[in-house]
Amino acid sequence: MKPGFDEMRLPDGGVRAHYGQYSQWLATQSNEVMAARRDEAEMIFRRVGITFAVYGGKDEGSAGTERLIPFDLIPRVIPAGEWRDMEMGLVQRVTALNRFLHDVYHDQEILKAGIIPKEQVINNAQFRPEMIGVDLPHQVYSVISGIDIVRAAHADGSATYYVLEDNLRVPSGVSYMLENRKMTMRLCPELFASNRIAPVAHYPDLLLETLREMAPAGVNEPTVVVLTPGMHNSAYYEHAFLAQQMGIFLVEGQDLVVKDKFVYMRTTQGLRRVDVINRRLDDDFLDPSAFRPESTLGCAGLLEAYKAGNVTLCNAIGTGVADDKSIYPYVPKMVEFYLGEKPILQNVPTYMCRKPDDLKYVLANLPELVVKEVHGAGGYGMLVGPAATKAEIEDFRKALIARPDNYIGQPTLSLSSCPTFVNNGIAPRHIDLRPFVLSAKEIQMVPGGLTRVALKEGSLVVNSSQGGGTKDTWVLED
Amino acid sequence: MLSRTADHLYWMARYMERAENTARMLDINYQTSLLPRSHDRAQAGWAGVLGISELTGQFQQQHNDADAPNVMAFMVREQENASSIHSCLRAARENARAVRGTLTTELWETTNQTWIEFNRLLGQGELERDPAGLFEWVKFRSHLSRGVTLGTMLNDEALHFIRAGTFLERADNTARLLDVKFHALAGDYFGSWGDEAAPEVDFYHWSAILRSVSGFEIYRKVYRNVIRPDKVAELLILRPDMPRSLAACLIEVVANLNAVANEQSGETQRSAGRLQADLQYGRIDEILSTGLHAYLTHFLDRINEIGAGVSRDFLVPV
Repeated sequence: MKPGFDEMRLPDGGVRAHYGQYSQWLATQSNEVMAARRDEAEMIFRRVGITFAVYGGKDEGSAGTERLIPFDLIPRVIPAGEWRDMEMGLVQRVTALNRFLHDVYHDQEILKAGIIPKEQVINNAQFRPEMIGVDLPHQVYSVISGIDIVRAAHADGSATYYVLEDNLRVPSGVSYMLENRKMTMRLCPELFASNRIAPVAHYPDLLLETLREMAPAGVNEPTVVVLTPGMHNSAYYEHAFLAQQMGIFLVEGQDLVVKDKFVYMRTTQGLRRVDVINRRLDDDFLDPSAFRPESTLGCAGLLEAYKAGNVTLCNAIGTGVADDKSIYPYVPKMVEFYLGEKPILQNVPTYMCRKPDDLKYVLANLPELVVKEVHGAGGYGMLVGPAATKAEIEDFRKALIARPDNYIGQPTLSLSSCPTFVNNGIAPRHIDLRPFVLSAKEIQMVPGGLTRVALKEGSLVVNSSQGGGTKDTWVLED
Repeated sequence: MLSRTADHLYWMARYMERAENTARMLDINYQTSLLPRSHDRAQAGWAGVLGISELTGQFQQQHNDADAPNVMAFMVREQENASSIHSCLRAARENARAVRGTLTTELWETTNQTWIEFNRLLGQGELERDPAGLFEWVKFRSHLSRGVTLGTMLNDEALHFIRAGTFLERADNTARLLDVKFHALAGDYFGSWGDEAAPEVDFYHWSAILRSVSGFEIYRKVYRNVIRPDKVAELLILRPDMPRSLAACLIEVVANLNAVANEQSGETQRSAGRLQADLQYGRIDEILSTGLHAYLTHFLDRINEIGAGVSRDFLVPV
């Protein structure tokens, strides 16, 4: 049997200390009561319209292409000490990533030092030559970072947190973190009296403060907007929610216009200048005159206004070069190079298939490994060796041999599990965690993040597009 | 406020109001069809429903008989019909969703819940089982959304665009209802019939019009008299204290447009103000002497013009 690590249960069936209060409460809850709560949660999520569009989803009548992300009632609990370490690690890692981004678009010290092969960066599709020499407020590129963390079990029953992936482009999911907390407080208010749970509801305040700090020099009362691709985007709910919570404008590309390298929005009282754009669309769609010409989601001239320093985009253009899976293996070295510190958070050991030795190892061990496309996202384009059929493995082998530089390999981690309320009662399911790290003058975050859970038994894929759900995440205070 | 946002708010309110008025009209027709009457009169009533919304042509492409089940299904659940209650509630909800960040949580959830519940009610056969109950429900959901709007929204531009949309739509709908119902009694009632037609006047016909705009009790209170068509017309056109009258609607339209005035909206405000003044100083005998149908047709043109002005001045990005 593979080693496992359950967030609540000890191997001997006992309960971990930080789950003590909760598990006592849970033992008194019947399946009927839990099921009734789950139904109520679903009803509320529908009414609130917290929905998610699945790409290529069929119209199913009244709900359109909107689906709910399943919400699981049983929270993931993190003790105070573990969170403190993780928070320090996150500050360190995000600081290093931002230093790296500034560096590759300026002096490229890390490339000159030979820490990262130059062609890995310069030839990366996510590297934006347009950004070379562009100076950003506080030298911050990734203002909002979502760092995906998993805890993996070792053979001896212990477990380690690993960073699985950095999301520095348009990380989403924070609205679910906030709504999940609201839902738990609504359905199980008594738990908040008996547990000291760190609050998260001030996240929009921190985000607004962060975005305001990113205003171009000389702008004291910046106009901050959220730029959304529109209501058909899968994360539209989140865009609207954050704009509302921050009390700022939710704009689409068609609402913006650039004149003389300044960005304005079209209002009922004429044009109004925009200073900071929390953009929720990818680089490629931002400016049809600079990137994809057919995109109607962005605004022509935006890049020029941005380069002139008249507007700030959050996140910056070109952050993808730091969260690409081909760059990921180098992040611990970035921490050492820029900060002179040992990395607090660990990377998952990664085989870079562009290296002949690594490729050889990966090809020889495909049934045990997870192989990912370097530019893939959302759980697509990956092979989970132990769960794959022989035919799938052979297909992947061919693809790997054809384009080794397009893939990385990692050991199949035994992700930690958390008790989850499924159809036939409470059962363990695998989880991950995405904390949201805000960077401007300084780095801030709310305790915890979004916990995603793979609802299918045994599944390791937590992505909402592939049947994942979410949980409330509690960081307990001492 | 973003022009696009104002546009969505304005249309959200218009569609919700339209859904309510369609429900009112169907309800009253359904109620009167329960009264003993000839087949032709009943048929004329349902044809009139289609006429009000200018849908006769589209309906005839799909159906032969303008009977109660066909017309009700067409006006309630037909997705191809952009004016059906289903389409209106969907459009209201889609517009709300596009600007949900501008709405209060309560208003968004009310609008979203109306759409979800309406589909559930249709799905479980409420239209067939209890049409009057369904119409009542639509009416109350519209009341609720207006109440939530006034009870929770900041008194700012967003609210003014919502209110302007509500009352422009209501003015349009009340005028259409009057036109069709007066027309239904053969020709232009006041234009061509004159006093001689008085005996034919049907208490149930006029009381139905009044009830469809929640005006029956108001009529009694205001006039303390038997139901007379000229008084019905006066109440629904000129009385500023009657909440669904043309005069009352225009007072609201003018007030809300003035509150959002911008550099280019002068002409639209003038048109609205002038129409409101015409109603304020108008007299029913003058209106009837020129022919009610002609008057209402002209009124609808002017309302359309104001609507186009709102779009041009505020909603279409410069």
